[in-house]
Formats: sequence, structure tokens, C-alpha cells
Amino acid sequence: MDTNGATTSSAAGGGSTSKSSSKKHSRKPVYSRFTQQELPACKPILTPGLVIATFTIIGIIFIPLGLVSLSASEKVVEIVDRYDESCVPSNYSNDKLKFIQNPSINKSCVRTLTVPKLMKSPVFIYYQLDNYYQNHRRYVKSRSDKQLRSVSDEKSTSDCSPEDKTVDGPIVPCGLVAWSLFNDTYWFSVNSKTIEVNKHDIAWKSDKEHKFGSNVYPKNFQSGGLIGGAKLNSSVPLSKQEDLMVWMRTAALPTFRKLYGKIEQDLQANEKIQVVIQNNYNTYSFSGKKKLVLSTTSWIGGKNDFLGIAYIIVGGLCLFLAVCFILLYVIKPR
Amino acid sequence: MVAESSRKRKGKIRWSKLYSFAACFRPLTSKDRLAARELIGQPGFSRVVFCNEPHLHKRKPYKYPYNYISTTKYNVLTFLPRALFEQFRRVANFYFLLAAIFSLFSLAPFSRASLIAPLVFVVGISMLKEAVEDWHRFLQDLDVNNRTVKTHISNGVFVDKLWKELRVGDVVKVNKGEYFPSDLLLLSSGNEDGVCYVETMNLDGETNLKIKRCLEASLCLNEDEEFSKFKATVHCEDPNPNLYTFVGNIEFEKESYPLSPSQLLLRDSKLRNTDYIYGVVIFSGHDTKAVRNSTRSPSKRSRIERKMDHIIYILFSMLVLVSLVSSFGSLLYLRQDMVDWWYLQLPDDNKVNDLDDSNSEKYDDRFFNPSKPVQSAGLQFIRALILYGYLIPISLYVSIEVVKVLQTMLINKDIELYDDVTCKSVQARTSNLNEELGQVEMILSDKTGTLTCNQMEFRKCSIAGVSYGGDITEVDLAASMRMNADFEPFEFSIDETDGATRSFEPFEFSVSSFSAQNWNARLTKTEGPVIKGFNFRDDRLTNKNWIHGSNLFDITMFFRVMALCHTGIPLEDDNHKTDKLSYEAESPEEVSFLIASQEFGFQFCRRTQSLMVLKEFDLSSMKEVEREYKLLNLLEFSSSRKRMSVIVSNEDGQIFLLCKGADSIIFERLADNGRAYEQATTMHLSSYAEDGLRTLAFAYRTIEAAEYESWNTIFTQAKATIGPEREELLEQASETIEKDLILLGVVAVEDKLQKGVPECIDKLAQAGLKIWLLTGDKRETAINIGFACSLLRQDMKQFHLSLSRDAESNNQVKDMKEDILQQIESSYKMVCEERNKEAPFGLVIDGKALEIALRGDVKDEFLQLAVNCASVICCRVSPKQKALITRLVKQYTGKTTLAIGDGANDVGMIQEADIGVGISGMEGMQAVMASDFSLPQFRFLERLLIVHGHWCYQRLSKMVLYFVYKNVAFGLTLFYYELYTSFSGEVLYDDWYMTMFNVMLTSLPVIALGVLEQDVSSDICLQFPALYQQGPRNVHFSWSRIIGWILNGVVSSLVIFLANIYILSPTAMRENGFVADIDSLGATTYTCIIWTVNCQIALITSHFTWIQHLSIWGSILLWYIFLLVYGALPPNFSGNAFQVLVEGIGPAPLYWMITVLVVVVSLLPYFIHIVIQRSYFPMDDHIIQEMEQCYKKYDVRDNEMWVREQRNSQRSTRIGFSARVDAKILSFNQQLQQKKLSIYRSVTNSPIYRSITTSPFS
Repeated sequence: MDTNGATTSSAAGGGSTSKSSSKKHSRKPVYSRFTQQELPACKPILTPGLVIATFTIIGIIFIPLGLVSLSASEKVVEIVDRYDESCVPSNYSNDKLKFIQNPSINKSCVRTLTVPKLMKSPVFIYYQLDNYYQNHRRYVKSRSDKQLRSVSDEKSTSDCSPEDKTVDGPIVPCGLVAWSLFNDTYWFSVNSKTIEVNKHDIAWKSDKEHKFGSNVYPKNFQSGGLIGGAKLNSSVPLSKQEDLMVWMRTAALPTFRKLYGKIEQDLQANEKIQVVIQNNYNTYSFSGKKKLVLSTTSWIGGKNDFLGIAYIIVGGLCLFLAVCFILLYVIKPR
Repeated sequence: MVAESSRKRKGKIRWSKLYSFAACFRPLTSKDRLAARELIGQPGFSRVVFCNEPHLHKRKPYKYPYNYISTTKYNVLTFLPRALFEQFRRVANFYFLLAAIFSLFSLAPFSRASLIAPLVFVVGISMLKEAVEDWHRFLQDLDVNNRTVKTHISNGVFVDKLWKELRVGDVVKVNKGEYFPSDLLLLSSGNEDGVCYVETMNLDGETNLKIKRCLEASLCLNEDEEFSKFKATVHCEDPNPNLYTFVGNIEFEKESYPLSPSQLLLRDSKLRNTDYIYGVVIFSGHDTKAVRNSTRSPSKRSRIERKMDHIIYILFSMLVLVSLVSSFGSLLYLRQDMVDWWYLQLPDDNKVNDLDDSNSEKYDDRFFNPSKPVQSAGLQFIRALILYGYLIPISLYVSIEVVKVLQTMLINKDIELYDDVTCKSVQARTSNLNEELGQVEMILSDKTGTLTCNQMEFRKCSIAGVSYGGDITEVDLAASMRMNADFEPFEFSIDETDGATRSFEPFEFSVSSFSAQNWNARLTKTEGPVIKGFNFRDDRLTNKNWIHGSNLFDITMFFRVMALCHTGIPLEDDNHKTDKLSYEAESPEEVSFLIASQEFGFQFCRRTQSLMVLKEFDLSSMKEVEREYKLLNLLEFSSSRKRMSVIVSNEDGQIFLLCKGADSIIFERLADNGRAYEQATTMHLSSYAEDGLRTLAFAYRTIEAAEYESWNTIFTQAKATIGPEREELLEQASETIEKDLILLGVVAVEDKLQKGVPECIDKLAQAGLKIWLLTGDKRETAINIGFACSLLRQDMKQFHLSLSRDAESNNQVKDMKEDILQQIESSYKMVCEERNKEAPFGLVIDGKALEIALRGDVKDEFLQLAVNCASVICCRVSPKQKALITRLVKQYTGKTTLAIGDGANDVGMIQEADIGVGISGMEGMQAVMASDFSLPQFRFLERLLIVHGHWCYQRLSKMVLYFVYKNVAFGLTLFYYELYTSFSGEVLYDDWYMTMFNVMLTSLPVIALGVLEQDVSSDICLQFPALYQQGPRNVHFSWSRIIGWILNGVVSSLVIFLANIYILSPTAMRENGFVADIDSLGATTYTCIIWTVNCQIALITSHFTWIQHLSIWGSILLWYIFLLVYGALPPNFSGNAFQVLVEGIGPAPLYWMITVLVVVVSLLPYFIHIVIQRSYFPMDDHIIQEMEQCYKKYDVRDNEMWVREQRNSQRSTRIGFSARVDAKILSFNQQLQQKKLSIYRSVTNSPIYRSITTSPFS
């Protein structure tokens, strides 16, 4: 301490105060690799070799991946049939709205689909709506998840306006989403033999088990002045109403498909499928399209060429770049 | 301290006596007195102090503050409002505050918690930082406030009292070496005549001691007991910041005496050479002149931060633009399409009228009201502003603050920046300027205490035309060493070819002789005890060997001048082990002379009022004898006279005038027969000066008794006169006697540079920094130091701008302006003409000239000249001028300036500069308190700038750019999604995903980048100082880079969004036929974003420690963990994200494949860009990184390449040690050439050669 003080005072030009001498202990920073910023580190540098290797590896991985997913996509057989136009009788073709809004007109319509290739079971039935903004903010928010889950929250319909309650009490399920439930139905037959449509397990398990209560029953649904879409069987609990669940998983984009059901039998190539459609749902007022889709799936889901092509293009580009850099380094080395 | 001072016994004579005949103290003239008296009681002069009755100052109207000072920004009450105000002054924070407020009115697209939580977090952390910083200030104040001082309580008893408890009117006793606790009125001192000496270095930076003198009336109060009855009343001026004025009077024992500044002892100055003083507190605490003088340090912001504001504005305009697009789009949809979408149940324009009133009132969706489309669009606009808020990085500021605090911590903890001697290390006092350290282009440095340690060392002398103490300078040595090194590899190859070797021989010889001497010099340097102030090794003089020399009379006279011509006094140590004495004198130079003369055997041992006693070595008896010299007169040193003389008579009655002074002054006063050594001495002088040594010439003359008598009468008369003409008379008198001198020689003392200063300056110069020296010292000293630091060198063209007189009238000012302008213009002309040549320019300007040069119309010319000079030295500048120069340089050049200084006189400059650095080695704390960084020593500046500055600069710029990137990349996806939702304001992601984005999922890697990134390691930074130039040139944060990163963000966002919507929709995404709903698409897109931005930062990072790895890959992992945990929560909390990973996207191979694809594609453009840049347009750091790696890989340093690159990377500098060595080598080479030529000539002219070469045919 004393000697320390002496050296300090001599260095500082004499006469250091006692204050500085008392403070100077433990002032010396303790050595640690972190504080000295000498932690062991790897410092990757983009050397030509590394660059070429990176590009090559990406190319080598991506191209096979792309080929595999493209072939998976190729295996998927898909039938798309737009029926909104053709299911309107010709006498109403100028005023489709009138047609669809008139409940007294029989709206069934028959379509024939040809199976292009063997479609292995299960064949998924989708309906596809175009130009339908299920992702509109007003629409998306117009629901009450609480109410769907439990009876006790039946009255929490604050977000559901204008489909929140009727004079008889709260609407269950409330809100625009449920209110506008899709109500076209399809009935399939091959050679006059009805094809069974399995409408189970088309909704998420968590929806059935957690989000839609098993003791919540539809109430006052579609009983207001305006009728939106489908009606619900008020004796069936919501947890069994899989169509509703599918509908209520709102789509992200204005063109979307929703699962309607599954056909659990193979459809042979060139088979003609007769579809009887109850064309109830109004897409005519906003010139939306309705399509019926039959599709098989593979491990990448439905038909999806984009992914495979993208992989192949990126992989190819990387290989090309690798070659370019090799050439560049050969021609113009640094 | 007290004990120490009591150990030293004073000589019999009081210091003050010396000055009894000196010209420095001038009593107030009667006229002044009258004027002062009239002022008392007027406004501004109303203060009344009841001495020794502090209790009277507890009540109004005499209630003055305690001696408590506070430098904190906030107190407990004001902290919250003021800190909040500071926070929301930032545009971004204010924006988020507004967003949070809107969220309360359900205007916002997000939940309240997700908007308010991050804001609270961000603002909270910033405020916490403020609080901690203020707390440190508080602790510092506490330290000062709790110092103690002996204070009179009653009956003559003095007890220790804390500074902060001191009141106006208290009588205090301050001991030697202590600071004055407040502004005191000097009552009496330990010296009989009431004089005391104070050091005011902390206030004005002047190192010489100032004399303060008490009133004669209070002289008797020099014992503790005297104060039991003491009472007096002081009427004086009100508190003001003027250090050099004080007006007041004291009523004491029914008499009134006027007071002057010489009775006022200022706070922060220090008692020196006086045992104790008694004083009464006049101004306390915040009323003291020192505190009034200090200005609150302005808050500084770095360039990057200022530029960052512009980036924020760009992002804001982007935000407004996309919001406008959204609201406009929404308007169009609402007008045309939306009413047809029956599923929305929007009331139709026409239908609204049809509906009954209750129904229309019920309709409360203000965002989609077709009857009021414009209002709806307006609301949509506000909502969009909040929705796209992710374009504005909310956590940018807070991340930067966290990073800077951590950077600061690392700087403070750097062991290389720790000074063992002072036990202090570098302190970054504010954390917001770290990166500014990497952009400095100009250093403005103080001299005393910063470059030098205010210690003088006796180095060399030239006596009677012979130089002692070594001939060669450091520069010569270094040059010869390097030339040797350069030439050795070539030697062999040259040896083989005949003839050439011979021409090299003489050169080799000269160089080796240099190095031999170098060795000797080094050897002798290390042996023997080190004597402070004496660094002189020459066997011819030390150990009394001088007696064997010739010219003995001159040598003894020389030593006598050294031992007698001064104002110092010896200090006797009681426990003297040796018979060596130590000395105290007004300037450190004199001390070094006294020590030196003692070493040479002329020990100055006693001084009485009229006697000086020397212990001399008597040549005849070869013994040490004591000789007494009668001190007859002492002619003071002053800056205008530049010399000092004593007139003494020796024991034989011979009268000598011994004189020392500046060489030019002495030389012009030499007698014709006194110029024997002039030529040799002049040569030595110039070589000393080039080494940066301060020289003084010694001369003497003998005076006949008669001449002395007649002169003495004139002199005493002059001394007795009172009034302004006194000094003039004294000067005239001195003039008549200081003539016809006989030159003895010169001494060279070294104003000792602090450790490592030349090397540091050299490195800084290599890094491309300009260094200006601003000093209050005189020109000669400044130039000496300029040489010592290699800021100046002999072959440099120097311009001297100076004025001889102060400007008094306007006319003169005009003339002077003309004069200066002319000087500047002619100099500048020369600069322009010779710019292409290698010779650099140096500019030396003094304070008076500067005063003119910095005025409005001249300053541009001046700055133009100054900027074009390699080094600029400003001498005799006042603290105010220092600040002014700093400001003008900053404004004129627009470059980042760094000011470094140690004293209170540097405070202005330190506050004015972009970065202020204070030297904490010295005791004064003012500079440190005002500074942004404090260093124990100047040399640490090198590492602070070149390593930490460079690192922090590139860390922070990388970090900010990345921040911009990631927020653009994320924020724009929100906008693209709007295009698909008819601009209705629906959000693709869950609220909590988005909240997590800036707070958790991307914050850690960016902090790791900001704290730990290193482009190259620290020793490589130091080896390649040119790398520093990246900062000043701002390569990492140029607009092109910023735009580039924004574009990169746009590209990434496009890739992410488009790939996701095209791949995921509308077909099934899993084998079980499920399609992607809004939640799956959101989670998938968000996963891609997290991967992309985190991989992007991995591409930016060039230095991966485990921390970086952990934070980057950990962040990605954290996202999955978050998604799992959040999804596992009951649907009450997790809402739509319930089980989304486990049930929705996790099992889909598509999800994982999209992630891989998107990451690769979105990073590809950047990757290609850096690959091309690195390969074909590499930057400095790239090259060095590769070299570093090569070096590591092969483990053999390709020495030649390394050194070559290193040398190439140094900027060609014009100042600094290396530049000097280069210049020296150049001149050596020229000499060599000449020698070669002469040898060649001599050979070719020789008859033998001729006979050989003459053709046999002729």
C-alpha cells in the first residue's frame, strides 16, 4: 500500500491524495478471454474454394430434391371442374343473383367428370372458391372462439357483430364466418353406383378436441333476417360439425380450397363420375368462382410443381455459378 | 500528507522573502481602490459574509447554499418525467408511444399488450441506463462532497468537517498539498508575511505557482487560538464565473480594508509550498467560481447515430408510403367491390337509408363504412401506420444502447489499456461515442500533462564549445538501424560483383559506428541509480571528471550559473542517507538545473535572504568547500524578457552577473570578447533543438564595483516607484546591466514526454490521422515538443504566424488583420506551389495571431492553410481559443475531431470536440469530468482508436445496417399480404410472433455481432494502422451501403412471401389432404423469415465464437421452442396458434422444404455480391483477413510478404517518427551517393586508373 502510494505520487508529479491510493486496489482488470476479446473463434473466409464448394453442394443437394418433389407432384392426379357458370340455367344467365337468391328454385345440377388417370384412394374432395376474401379483417375477426369452446361463454359475442344475437338470445356459433358457411353439396356416383363420401376426419384433431366444444350446440343459428349459408343441425354438438370447423379455419388468400370429404376407393382411369351438385352458395354477387376439385395427394401434399421447379432452378443456378467461378479463377486468377 | 510535509523542514528563509523585491506583486493603486469601494452594495455586489459566524447564514437574506455540489442530471423526483421526456424525444419512440395510445382505442391491428410491452421494455432499458449513469455521477459527487477539511467550531478548536457541510462564513485551515474546499478569503498563512502559493492547474492549466497574499490586518491570525474571538464582515461581489476578478472589502476591528483577487483562493486549486493557511469561506458549493465556470457537458451523438436518424426517416417515409397505398387501396375496394361481398354484411349505400335507425346505429365498424369511405380510409391509414410499424426497428435504439454499454465494458476491461503506474485504466465515461472513435480524422492535443509529464530532465549541455551528453539523436539511430536492416540482404549479392563493395565500405562504417554508439548509450543508460530530473551520461563530466578537462574556468563558471541563477530552495530530508538534497523551485526546469549542478559537484545547499551557499569542489585543494555568495540582485524571469539574472558577489568581493535565457536573447547581448564559443554552440543548439530539447544559454559578466553601485541606485529607485511605469523602469534598468556578456554554453533539458508518446503519434499518423498541438505554453517550448514528438522535423518547411503586440485599437486590429492575411496568403501560395514535392509543411501560430486569424473574414483562409499543413502547432492559446479552434476545425472540415487534454483549460476543447478525451493520470479531474473517455496516458489513445475505435465502428455500422435489413424484410411481408386481403388490415402472423421478433428471436445475434465482431484481431489492427481509414472514409456506413441493405431487405421479403404463397396455396400441403389456412401460412412464412434473417447475420459475421454460434442457431431453435410452447398452451391463450406446429405444419415435409428453399434463394443475391466483391474488389480488411488466415494455416510467416504488405498499408505520412526516419534515410542515401561519386571521381582521376583505362590502341 505504502510503496504503491509512493510510486503513484512520484509518477503523478508529487502529492497524490489519499483518495486515489485507497481506490486503486482491484482496479486492474482481471484477465479473461472474453473481456480481452480473445475468445477462440472460427473465422470463415470466402475463399474461392469455399465459394465453389458451397455453390456445388447447394446444386448437388437441390437438384435431386427438386426432381423428387417434381415427380411426387407429377404423381398427383387432380380434377378441377368449375361449375358456377354452368350450373345456372340459361334463362337466368343474365341474372344469376336472382337465381341463387330464390329459394324456391331447384338448384341441383349434374356434372360429369372424367378421371384422367388412376386415382388411388383416398381421393380428396375440395371445393375451391376464387375471389372470396375469407381473410378480410372484418370477416376474420367476426367470431368468438370462446363461445365455440364452452357453453358457459355462450354470451361472449362482442366480436361477432352483426351476427351476434337475435331477439331469442345469442347466436351459437356467432359471427360472419359461421354465418356464411358454405352450403353446396356434392353427391358422387360412378355408373349409377353411389360413391361413399367420408366426411369424417376432414378437420384438425385439435379443432375437434379443443376448439369446438362437445357440449356446445348450435342455437338461433341462421334464424335472423338474413340467411347467409348453411344451416346446422342443432342436435349435433359443434365438435362433430366438421364442415363448420373446416370453414372456420379461414383461408389465407382469396383463392382457396377447402376439404369437403374423402372418397375411400380407387377411381379408375377414364371412369366417368357423375356429380350431383346442390348449387346453393352465392358467389355470383361478387363474381367469385366455384370449383369442384378431386385430388390425390403425395408426400408433398397436392399438385405442386412450383416447389420442384424452384428447387431445380436454384440448384441449376448454383451449379452454373460454380462453373462460372471456376472459369473465372482459371481465366483471371487473383 | 500532513505528516509528510512536517517531515520536511523548511530552510531558514521563507520562500516569500525572495519575492520581496520582485516585480510581480503590485499593490492596488488608490484609484482602483476607490472604484472598488463605490461598487460595493450596488446590484451585483451585494453579498455579505459574516466571517466566523456561519450560523448567521442560515436565515434570509444571508442564506447561501451549503458547500454541496451536484453534477447529476436528475434527482429522485425529476428522474421519471425528465427521463421519459428524453426518451420520447426520439422519433421512433414517440411513434411507438402513439401506436400504444391508439391501441387503447382499438384502432390498432394488434392486441394492446403486444404493442405496449415492447415499448415498455425498450424505454425501460434506456431509462435504466440513464439512471445507472446518473448514479455514477452521484457517487463521484459524493466522493468530493465527503472530503474533509479542518474547520473552526468555537474557541479556537478546529475539527474535521465534510466539504458538503461547510457554510459561508466558516473559518477553515487548509494544509499543504490539499485542495481548497470552496472559494476562500485568505486570512493568514504559515508564512510570516501572509503569502501562500497555489497551483491553479485545474482551473487554467498553468503549471507555475501563483502567489496569494493576505491583508496585513489579518496577518496576526496565524494560530488556531486566535480565531476564538475573530469576527469580521465581508461585503463583496455576487457569485460569478470570472476567475480573475474579485471586488469586495472586509470590516475588521472597525476598519474597512479593500479586497482584491490576490486574497481569494479558488476552489479546485491547491496549496503548495506553504504549510497551511487560514481562510474564510466566501463562496460555497455552486456559487464558487470553479463550479460556475464549468458548463454542463453537452450530450454528443456519433455520426453513425446522426445518420441513423436519416435512415429512420427513410424508413418512415417508406412506412407512410405503404400506408398510403393501403389506405387508398382500401378506399377503392370499399367504394367498388366490397359492398358486393355479402358475407361481410356491409351496409350498402342505398340500403343504409332503408334500414331502420336502430340498425344503422348498430353498425359500428368504422373501418369499413361504405357510407363514409373517406373516413374509413383515414382510419385505415392510421391502422396501417401501426401495422407496418415493423419497418421501424423499435428495438434498434435499445439494442444499440445495450451493445454500447457492453462495448464500453469491454473497453474498460481491456488489460492493455491499464496503466500499472497510476493504477488506472481507460474509462469510457459515455457509451454513445464508441463508434465515433473509429472515425476520427483529427486530433487536437494539449501539451503539458498530455504529451509531456511536466517533468524536466537534464539531458545535454555544451560547455565552452564542447557538447556533452551524447551526439546522436534517436532519429539518426533509428534511420541507421533500418538502413542496416535494409541493406543486409543485399550485401552478399553485391559482394560478389567486384568494385561495388568498396563503395559501400565507408557507408557501412558510418552506420556501424552509429550502432556501436547506440549500444554504448544503451549500456550506460541502464547502469547506476536513476536520478529524477537528471538523465545525463557522459563520463567526461560526471564523477567530477571535468576537472581533467581544459577551460576549467569556463566550466566552473558554467556550473556556478547553474547553481546560483535561480529562485529555488533546497529541501532537507531529516533522514538523509545521502548528502544529496532535493529542491523546490518555481519551474521544473530550475529544479533539474539544481539537481544537475549537484551531480556535477556544485551543490546549492542554503539560501538566506542575501546569501546563497554552494558546496563547491575546489580545484586547488581538491576538496569540497562551502562558499558563500552574496545575492545582490535578482532580475526576474518574464516571458517578455526571456532571461533571468542574478548579481552576486563572491567571497573575494568580485561581483558577477550570472545570466541564463533564451539563446537568441543571450547571443545578442554578448560582448565582443564573449563570443569565443558562439559558433560551436550554435551548432549544438540546433542539434539539440531537433531532438526536441529545450535549451537555455548561460552567460556571465564581471561587474566593477563602481558600475554596480551606480546601477543599483537606478534599480532601487525603479523598484520603489509605484504605478504602471514601474515595470518599464525596471526593464530599462535591467537592460543596462545585462550586456557585454560572456557566453559559457548551453544546457538542454528534456521536457519529458510521457511513455510511448512518439510511438503513439507515429502510429496515429500512419493511420492517417492529423495531429494538432494546442498549448498554452510559449512558442519555443511548443516547437521543442513538436520536434520531440516528430510533429516537426528539420527538413520541414515551417510557417510561423505571429504578432508582436496585443491589439489595442480598432485601427491596429485592421493592420494586424492585413498583416496576418498577408502572411497566410504568402504561405498558402508556397503550399500550392510545392504541393507536389515531398517536403511537408508545418504551421506554427501563436495566440495573438490566432485571435486575429480566427475572426470572421480571415478564418477561412487560415483554416485552408492549416488543413494543408502536415502539422499545426498553436502556442500561447487560451482555453477559450482552444475551444474556438476546435469548433472551427470541426465546422470547416466537417471531419470528426478528437480533443485530448488533462487540465481544466482543456475542458472547453474537450466539450467542443466530437470526442473529448481526458488524461486521468494527473490529479485534476475537470478534464476527465468533461470528457467522454478518460485515459491514464496519452499512449493508450493508439489502442483506443486503432483497435477499439475500428472495431466499434464496424460493429455498429454492421449492426445498424442489419437492423434495417431485418425490419424491412419482415415489415414488407406484412404489406404484401395486404395486397391479398383487399387492404383490409388483416395480419398474416399472430401478434405474439411479431412481438417476439425484435425482442427475442432476432435480438441476441445482433447484439453478439455488435459486441464481439472483429474483422481482424487486435494485434493485426495495430500492425496495419491503415485499416483505420475505413472509419474516416466511412466505407461501412455509406449511403450506397444503406440503400443496398434496404434493397436486400426488399428482395428477401419478396422471395419469402412469394415463395410461400405460391407453394402453399391453394393445394393441399400434407398427405392427409389438409390445406394451409391463414395460421399455417403465417407460421411457415414466419419460420422462413426467422431462418433468413438469422442466416443473413451469420453471413455478415466474420468472427464466430461460441457466443455467436449460440445466439444465431439458438435464436432459430428458440423460434421452434416458442412455437411448441405457445402452441401447447390452452387455446384461451394461444388462440389460432394452438398446436400449429405439432398438428399443422410440423408433419408436412413441404414446410421444411420451403424453409430450405427460401433461405437459400433469399440469401443468394447477397452471397453472390460478397463473393464478387471479395474476389475482384476486395477491401483492406478482406485482404488482411486472408493474409492472416494464410499465415495461420502454414504457420510460417512469409516474412517478406508480411512486412511488405504492412509497409504498403501504411499511409505515406508526413509526420511522426517513421516519416522522420524515412526522411533521414533519404538524406543518408544522398550522402552515400555523393560519397560514391567522390570515390568514383577520385578513382577515375587517379593516374593509375587513367593508365589502366586509357585504351591500349591509342
